[in-house]
Amino acid sequence: MHLLTALKLSVFRGERLVFRDVSFSLSAGGILVLRGANGAGKSSLLRALAGLTPLAAGELRWAGENALEDLPTHARRIAWLGHLDAVKPALTAGEHVTGPALAAVGLAPFAELPARLLSAGQKRRLAIARVAASGAKLWLLDEPTTGLDTASIGKFVALCEAHRGAGGMIIVSTHTPLDLRDVAELAL
Amino acid sequence: MMGMILRELKLSLRHAADTAASLLFFIIAGTLFPFALGPGPTTLSAIAAGVVWVCALLAALLPLDRLFGADFEDGTLDLLLLSGLPAYGVAFAKTVVHWLTTGLPLLIISAPLAVMLRMPAERLPLLVLTLLPGTMLLSLLGTLAAAITLGARRAAVLMPLITLPLMIPTLIFGASAIASPHPAAALYMLGAMLLAALPLAPLGAGAALRAAAE
Repeated sequence: MHLLTALKLSVFRGERLVFRDVSFSLSAGGILVLRGANGAGKSSLLRALAGLTPLAAGELRWAGENALEDLPTHARRIAWLGHLDAVKPALTAGEHVTGPALAAVGLAPFAELPARLLSAGQKRRLAIARVAASGAKLWLLDEPTTGLDTASIGKFVALCEAHRGAGGMIIVSTHTPLDLRDVAELAL
Repeated sequence: MMGMILRELKLSLRHAADTAASLLFFIIAGTLFPFALGPGPTTLSAIAAGVVWVCALLAALLPLDRLFGADFEDGTLDLLLLSGLPAYGVAFAKTVVHWLTTGLPLLIISAPLAVMLRMPAERLPLLVLTLLPGTMLLSLLGTLAAAITLGARRAAVLMPLITLPLMIPTLIFGASAIASPHPAAALYMLGAMLLAALPLAPLGAGAALRAAAE
């Protein structure tokens, strides 16, 4: 039984049709990697799946029911990582994310540090830690490994596999080859 | 929603200079009038209520362009919309934070400024009483304007152009109540406008936030 099913999704941005008739399904523990050239619509698809961009056509189903009918409920199923890190310079790393997730991305020693002093890669890791700490079932990740070093990418992959092991699902757009098992791909 | 309000308050506290800036603007703008019109007590006490009201309106506009602007630029707006709160809930929380960090301090400091402008002491409670719904209305309508202009070119210029005309009825009833021998009617009117704006402004602002996030 698939938990998440997308049926013939189409999205417009302004006047432009970004993509049409995109269908896929995902079961608990599944991962879907979005592939495509720049501007192919990977980010638009992720935003549509989050309910941020409205669908022009098609339906997104969660456990058989229309997922986007009740957006606040849908939002609670999702952990979102966009292009931007959404890190507030005035707050410390520990005020952004608490608990073991900070240690999982190697930022535990920086918990007391204001986020403005973190490097670009560290801010990205902080954003990843927030996703890991969210407890949400479905992770929607837009280019999560931008600016990450090899060791951090390894930690990110470990977090992903742990999330999947606990029955979570991931939809990720990336150009980086990631060492993940049983990957489904969707070309846009 | 409480969690979001507390986090926003913590952020405002870290950017305390922003709050201080609108308070200082309020004081300095109010102080300019005696310099321009002379220190004569009759002139000043006649215009005191209007001056305090107009200066409070202008001062409360200052932090509005960062109300959603910073969140829009750093990607936090997406997270707020995906926080599980409905979009109008996000807008309402921002309104509350704007009032607590701008409206309430202006309210507190308005009485000393009015005294400086020679307002008769017996009218001071009425000034504060009218500014209470007045600043709340400004926070509600200001949040709406901030959401509507989000992502627009020159949003900082557009925002006062949207907010200030909407505030004219509030200004009329608020300032006239202070001078009137029968202020109850004007106060009821302010209360009615507040009750109308309380559900409508966050609903409109929420829809505007969703449109901006698309």
